[in-house]
Amino acid sequence: MSTTVITPERERASWIDGIATTLRRNSWTIGLVGILAVLLIVTRVIQPTYGITGIQGLAVSVLPLALAAVAQAIVVIARGIDLSVGSMMALTSVVSARLMEDQTEEFAILVVVGVLVLGLVLGAINGTLVVVTRVPDIVVTLSMLFIWAGCALLVLNTPGGGSAEWLRSLTSGSLINEWIPKAAVVLLAVVAVIWIPIRRSRLGLSLYAIGSDPAAAYRSGVAVSRTKIFAYMLCGLFSALAGLSLTASTGIGTPVPGPYTLLSVAAVVLGGVSLAGGRGGVFGPIVAVVILSLIRTDMTFLNVNTNLATVAQGVILVGVVMVGSLIQMRRKNP
Amino acid sequence: MTATTTTTDYLLEAKEVSKNYGAVVALKSASLAVRQGEVHALMGANGAGKSTLVKILTGAVRPDNGTITVRGKERTAHSPAEARRGGLVSVYQEPALIPDLDIFSNLRLTETPLEPFIHWIRELGLGDLDLSDMARDLPLASLRIIDLARALAIEPDVLMLDEMTAALPANLTERVLEVVNDQRGGNGCIIFISHRMTEIAAVCDRATVLREGDTVGVLEVSHDSADRIVELMLGEIVGKMPERAGRSAATQRAPDERPKLAARGLESGAHLRDVSFDLYAGEVLGVVALEGQGQDEFFDILSGSRRPTGGELLVDGQAVTFHHPADAIRNGIVYVAADRAEALLMQRSVRENIALPFSARIRNWGPIWSRKEQPKVDTAVSRLQIDTRAQGEVRRLSGGNQQKVTIARWVAGGVETMLCFDPTRGIDIRTKHQIYLLLRELAEAGAAILLYTSELSEIQLACDRAIVIFGGEVVAEIDAADADEATLLRAAHNLPSDAPLPEEVVEAAIAAEAESEMSSPESNGASDP
Repeated sequence: MSTTVITPERERASWIDGIATTLRRNSWTIGLVGILAVLLIVTRVIQPTYGITGIQGLAVSVLPLALAAVAQAIVVIARGIDLSVGSMMALTSVVSARLMEDQTEEFAILVVVGVLVLGLVLGAINGTLVVVTRVPDIVVTLSMLFIWAGCALLVLNTPGGGSAEWLRSLTSGSLINEWIPKAAVVLLAVVAVIWIPIRRSRLGLSLYAIGSDPAAAYRSGVAVSRTKIFAYMLCGLFSALAGLSLTASTGIGTPVPGPYTLLSVAAVVLGGVSLAGGRGGVFGPIVAVVILSLIRTDMTFLNVNTNLATVAQGVILVGVVMVGSLIQMRRKNP
Repeated sequence: MTATTTTTDYLLEAKEVSKNYGAVVALKSASLAVRQGEVHALMGANGAGKSTLVKILTGAVRPDNGTITVRGKERTAHSPAEARRGGLVSVYQEPALIPDLDIFSNLRLTETPLEPFIHWIRELGLGDLDLSDMARDLPLASLRIIDLARALAIEPDVLMLDEMTAALPANLTERVLEVVNDQRGGNGCIIFISHRMTEIAAVCDRATVLREGDTVGVLEVSHDSADRIVELMLGEIVGKMPERAGRSAATQRAPDERPKLAARGLESGAHLRDVSFDLYAGEVLGVVALEGQGQDEFFDILSGSRRPTGGELLVDGQAVTFHHPADAIRNGIVYVAADRAEALLMQRSVRENIALPFSARIRNWGPIWSRKEQPKVDTAVSRLQIDTRAQGEVRRLSGGNQQKVTIARWVAGGVETMLCFDPTRGIDIRTKHQIYLLLRELAEAGAAILLYTSELSEIQLACDRAIVIFGGEVVAEIDAADADEATLLRAAHNLPSDAPLPEEVVEAAIAAEAESEMSSPESNGASDP
């Protein structure tokens, strides 16, 4: 036990402590970044031609899943889970593609704003149902998975529609330096603009609070129901962003997207967010998405059977989480 | 000064509040009136409706009938947040701190001003708190103190303290009582809920007593009001525990008798340095320690959920190593935890909970034989006088009855060695006495019982002798006959145990020890506002 006393001076004097604490609290994400660095080197070794185009392609291809992972992470932090992320992506993607088809570039701005509002509304419906009916999150959002998926097919039966040129150019190419893909910049900008202010506000604390201990949060005066609905709304917003990025990167709307929902859960778990709620952030899951994607790329380079690659992905997922938890446990009880 | 009020000078007044849960009547007609500047005790046995009234006052539950007025204005709060805005803050038995946030973020979450919080945290003797610590890394006692400081910092009109001193070590308890006492005569008022009569007598002005959902009495607190309060609570004068005059088990023991459970030089990292003891069949051995002296690790090791880093454990003279609580149970060692939620399947019935240990034997895969199980369960239920009205789900029982279920499950299977870790925490007096009696009966029937307790008076009521742990070492062994509270408290602070000192000197010594332990060089100026 140290005998230091809390004073403003000490707060200032201990900024080194502060950095150490921050590093310790984000050790999972830092570890993931390390794994990613190693993977990039491995990729370069097995495929010496992997360079700017590879990185660019990687950034574009991970963008929708990264946004989906952020969406999922926010709900999971608030001790929920949203199985309808993929369907919401599909619905927002087809709605945007349908509305933007053969329209002016200016109109597309309205469409983007409208689709983002749509995402908030979809999330609000999910959240309100969870809060009001008290049916478990997993059941409500499983039902909504089918409902939103059906709605998406009603809007657009087959892939089609279009995308505004500015939206398409937002994710392709690079910025300033050719090593900085636009898609990555967009991803970080969106997360920084939406998530970081929220994270630092009382609302962000409330999200963590209801995930960590709902009873204590209630007794601390947190509006638990409202915060939960808010978490689902944020999830809807990021799902809509993910849906827009699908439209932007392909130029058309996709009514049946890939297995984004389950991959988003995988990324959240690998990204160090506790499924029991209250722990983790959104950057871990983003790095996890890149890792998962890069592993697949490497498997392709190594000519591994794609089915086997899927198996390997699962093994790596459970392996990393197990080893990571073991390290954390060891550190706690030496 | 509420000049407009004509009918009353009460700061908080609850009138004829009632609440039913379906057919169960939680509150019939409870009233509570608290004056400005008063510390008011709210008393009642478990199930008297105390916690329902508290929940109604804090807005967690809405009453069916009745009115609540604060400073003469009628008020209905629908959530703790709303009650808080209305000037009513509660410190609950379970701290309302978010485990995954650091203390600073927790303060931000409740919009607590920092300066007054730091002032109060120093007053309460926790000056070395680091605001960047995660709440989950702090001991329960610190969390409760933080919760209290956080409530005091916003200067509420009504502060409700629910079993504030339960689970606090003696030195912190003293600080808390001092602070509560200082609040007397202020602008607010405090509703003080505690099972400890000495605390009520020390800090409370008046007491309201509830029984079976009704307010049965309001009285001025004086030194001799304890009996009257207990009488009101129980509706009858509670039978005192039979005095057990210095019956030392050690003198009756045959010289060659082997201890049922023994430890030699037990170690666990930095928490436990050297613990040795002998526990014989037929005795209750008390364990006394201030908060965080290694008793948690000690009981974890004995119950098989933690492996010692050194030392030896002997059952019936044979060295044993436990890898799992099941190993301990196989050796006849069962564990009753303070936290009922740790031991019970909250959503299952009383019957299943009691039957679990003997239906969960590893080799017993087949169907459970209800016919064989039922009589054992029934015997245990009637022996412990468990109130089985809500037996479908254990979580609906009161705390005292839940604790009885955790004990009953071991009694039903037949008990050899029982480890009890603060089993009476937060339980009303009557149930406590029933638990002491039960422990005595078990011991007399040949069981060996190890009892850790944070309430020093329990040692003389239930134990034959006691060991005292301080800083991870056994520093004293005291026979129950000599184990009055002052002696135990001194031993727990590791003060020299010379010839008995006059009581004032003892208390002064304890206070000084607490002082030097808690205060740091810089905090001398801390008491200045």
